[in-house]
Amino acid sequence: MTLAEVKDLLEAEVVVGEDRMEVEVHTAFGADLMSDVLAFARSGCLLVTGLPNLQAVRTAYALDIAAIVICRGKALNDRFVETARELGIPVLWTRFIMFEVCGRLFEEGVTGCVREIHIGEMTSARH
Amino acid sequence: MPDTEYGRFLQGSFEVHGRDFVDAGLVSSQIKKGLKAKGIDEDIIRRIAIIAFEAEVNIISYATVGTISYYILPDAIIFEAIDEGKGIEDIELALQEGYSTADDSIREMGFGAGMGLANIRKSSDVFEITSEPGRGTRVKCTIMLNGQNICKEN
Amino acid sequence: MTLETIAERLSLKCKCCWEHLKKEVSGGYAGDLLSDVMANSAAGNIWVTRQVHQNIVAVAALKEHAAVIIVQGATPEKETLEKATREGIPILVSDMAEFELVGRLHRLLYPEQA
Repeated sequence: MTLAEVKDLLEAEVVVGEDRMEVEVHTAFGADLMSDVLAFARSGCLLVTGLPNLQAVRTAYALDIAAIVICRGKALNDRFVETARELGIPVLWTRFIMFEVCGRLFEEGVTGCVREIHIGEMTSARH
Repeated sequence: MPDTEYGRFLQGSFEVHGRDFVDAGLVSSQIKKGLKAKGIDEDIIRRIAIIAFEAEVNIISYATVGTISYYILPDAIIFEAIDEGKGIEDIELALQEGYSTADDSIREMGFGAGMGLANIRKSSDVFEITSEPGRGTRVKCTIMLNGQNICKEN
Repeated sequence: MTLETIAERLSLKCKCCWEHLKKEVSGGYAGDLLSDVMANSAAGNIWVTRQVHQNIVAVAALKEHAAVIIVQGATPEKETLEKATREGIPILVSDMAEFELVGRLHRLLYPEQA
């Protein structure tokens, strides 16, 4: 789906990147800890996070993430917005909680950019 | 314990140790149990749980040792957290959402998002904080009971 | 919807408090910032997180969550399971990434939105 469609789906505001609303995303990664994003997220995905800080912007930039969705209606500071603008990363802002954001995106066919994570010898648990 | 006009309403007093992350939440849950046993309204308990948890984590994250006490007055509950530690240099800054002096280890655990004092203030009807850098910090919250609730829900 | 049904449908592995799986779930909450979960989640919620330390049990107990699902193939710490057992809070685990797990869980809880 396009960022414009994401915006409508999440009743979001476009904070950065009004000119990038035709960008398409097919995958997403939800996380509050940027160390997880660095470890597992893939380029081109939508990053959904509740942490609007510089670390998030820089991580998104480093991984060529398509756009950031700030959820939970978290207050944004100027430095965050400026840095995102500088680095060319679209930012959408929504009041919905992470659970709702990911739920809605999933319903629209967006998939996890990584589906399963196997740590060490632990294999996927199936009954 | 400071000699105050509400001292006689003391319900419980607990010591919290700095860097004792393993026990974070222990005191909050004891306070919650105490309030439930007294039949306090669920919404009030919910707010105090937030206040207590954040205050407890702050002592653990930033102080050497602290005492958390709560008092049940006829028309209000008073929550107090007094600690010995480095204190807060700039209270206005510390109250800003997102501002944090937490180190990486604290952040990786999911603390240190800079919401603690803001959440405490939001959950209180009256919020008082004083601090002396190098000595410690005192937080006092008043939560009104029974329909006198003026807390703005967010 | 009960935890039991959810665990079955999402192939979650239950690590403790199996006897509490009959609990009804009021909704879901996802996030790894403990202040945020304390402020914004609700009683009866299933909390989805990748945090594995015992503080998640303290939070889940204070908020009266129905259960905690640990995602990303992360392993709950021994103390976490011990504490959860004492508090009666089921800890479920999944190898799924958070987005996938939440997507599927959301669909289970809110089928009318599908």
